[in-house]
Amino acid sequence: MLLNVQDLASYFFLDEGELKAVDGVSFHVDVKETVALVGESGCGKTIVALSLINLIPPPGRVVRGRILFDGRDLLRMESDELRQVRGGGIGMIFQEPGAALNPIYTIGDQITGVLRLHRSLGKHQAQKAAIELLGETGIPEPEKRMNAYPFELSGGMQQRVLIAIAISGRPKLLIADEPTTALDVTVQADILDLLAYLQEQYGMAILLISHDIGVVADVAERIMVMYPGKIVEIADTEDLFRDPRHPYTKALLSSVPRLGVGHNEPLKGIPGAVPDFLDLPSGCTFHPRCTIGDSSCTSEFPPLVDIGYRRKCACYKAETG
Amino acid sequence: MGWYILKRLLQAIPLLLGIITVTFFIVRLAPGDPMDIYLEEDRGQIDPQAIELLRQKYGLDQPIHIQYVKWVANVARGDLGESFRYRRPVSQLLAEAIPYTLQLTILAVVLDALIGITLGIISAVKQYSVLDKIVTLGSLVIYAIPGFWLALMLVLVFSVNLGWFPTSQTRSMDYGFLSFSGKVLDRLWHLVLPVFVLGVASAASTARYMRNRLLEVLNEEYVLSARARGFRERVVILNHALRNALIPIITIYGMKLPFLLGGAAIIESIFAWPGMGRLAVEAVSGRDYPLLMATITMGAVMTVFGNLLADLTYVWVDPRVSYEGKKQR
Repeated sequence: MLLNVQDLASYFFLDEGELKAVDGVSFHVDVKETVALVGESGCGKTIVALSLINLIPPPGRVVRGRILFDGRDLLRMESDELRQVRGGGIGMIFQEPGAALNPIYTIGDQITGVLRLHRSLGKHQAQKAAIELLGETGIPEPEKRMNAYPFELSGGMQQRVLIAIAISGRPKLLIADEPTTALDVTVQADILDLLAYLQEQYGMAILLISHDIGVVADVAERIMVMYPGKIVEIADTEDLFRDPRHPYTKALLSSVPRLGVGHNEPLKGIPGAVPDFLDLPSGCTFHPRCTIGDSSCTSEFPPLVDIGYRRKCACYKAETG
Repeated sequence: MGWYILKRLLQAIPLLLGIITVTFFIVRLAPGDPMDIYLEEDRGQIDPQAIELLRQKYGLDQPIHIQYVKWVANVARGDLGESFRYRRPVSQLLAEAIPYTLQLTILAVVLDALIGITLGIISAVKQYSVLDKIVTLGSLVIYAIPGFWLALMLVLVFSVNLGWFPTSQTRSMDYGFLSFSGKVLDRLWHLVLPVFVLGVASAASTARYMRNRLLEVLNEEYVLSARARGFRERVVILNHALRNALIPIITIYGMKLPFLLGGAAIIESIFAWPGMGRLAVEAVSGRDYPLLMATITMGAVMTVFGNLLADLTYVWVDPRVSYEGKKQR
């Protein structure tokens, strides 16, 4: 197990009250595995990602849990050690490539900076390694691009640069937070292919975060489904698509357009809306939108329990086996 | 780049002409007569004919539009005229005043930048800390205090009561007898209070501005990504955030250029500092038209030039900004 997250909780302390963006999340990522974390926008996926490197912006912070990375708890590390993990052990890609690159430094400066920090390369070596990495991420004429500023590149190219920077510290885990959301559809597939290729090449594990369960289906081996602050179902991709157990997962899947399947039927949306974090329903927070729930669901949030081979679900009504 | 500068300079000509034309007529339309000085000094004893001769000498007897054309023509040739009051060429008066003003204003701007930018950074990095609150409150209070009042209070406390610093002037009475290093120290000693008043007052607004800009930048995603890449907090703030935050500060200092040469009218008057600011005040009260127009013209030139300089610096420090005509790569 490369990453083992136990009962992670991150709260934001606002004037309006405690916002439990992540509230008791447990999961693991194996070495060289691709796991996807999916859920609607604003359900706390990004806060999970930021918690993993202990970088929740104030007024938020991790309030409990353990994040074992390579056996060491990230939440109890000295700051020097933690900085080694950030960018070194765990690389991160953000949703808006244009915003994640510093506008006034060249691509070359930004990538060599990380190379020199984490791989202790000299100036010349870092320059060479940077050009190699840019080439590997599919950037044409990498030598020329070294002197380019972020605004001179397209969104897809910027994302490739960010990927190059994220892998330059040779991380064992790459967290990709909505890596394709801001990009054109045609570029999306290229970026996902690139991630798959790099994973093979460097033997990294990838935690892929997306609001679009359709996007992750092709690349992820396992999928974790998140509903405000909680993980409600974890299963192998195939099992999840063939036989979703949590009513939210079922609803999510039936809202994804699929080629050739029931093309005469209109797509089904999920009734109701994502609940307000500051005013969550009691018990299972999905129960107001749920079709199979009853009064037993309103008292306590169901625990995430094993319901079969390699699969977990947090629902009192879910079938097991 | 050369073409761009040339174009901007050419564009500045009609702008400056407009400014000096408007001010010329406003100054002339204001009540009062430069010859009043002679009348007040020797009431009833001066020969009205002598005054008429003076009027003719300075061209004040001619219609105002003729005076205007003559004045513009002279300025274009580099002749700023002769001061009514000092009866010396205006250019000479300016040449004497500018070094005094520069001493004062350069030191004040340096003090402003040192204090303002440093406190702004500390305030932003330690947002909501006690220090931040002190800086925020302190800068608001200083910003609200009128400069002349602060100057008078400092003179009252540090010069009159404590006797630590001189009340005014640029040097002591015994200046001529001092050694070289003694002279330097004596000059600096006289600079302390006026520089402090000017520098601290503008540092207050610089600190506020710097704090807000840096806070904005610290919320940017590229700062979060820098942290996520494992850079030290010091590196994140100084290399990744601060450079971005400093870019708009350049504009502020570009706009301080007119102040550098124009001086500070009120503060220079309080400290009897023989600089440009005091010269301008004297020119206004004495209706010394040539001197007054010269100081205003110089202020206008410096404002236009300061803006141009700020724009050019922008191009230099921010790769996203490019001057017209330069193709983006």
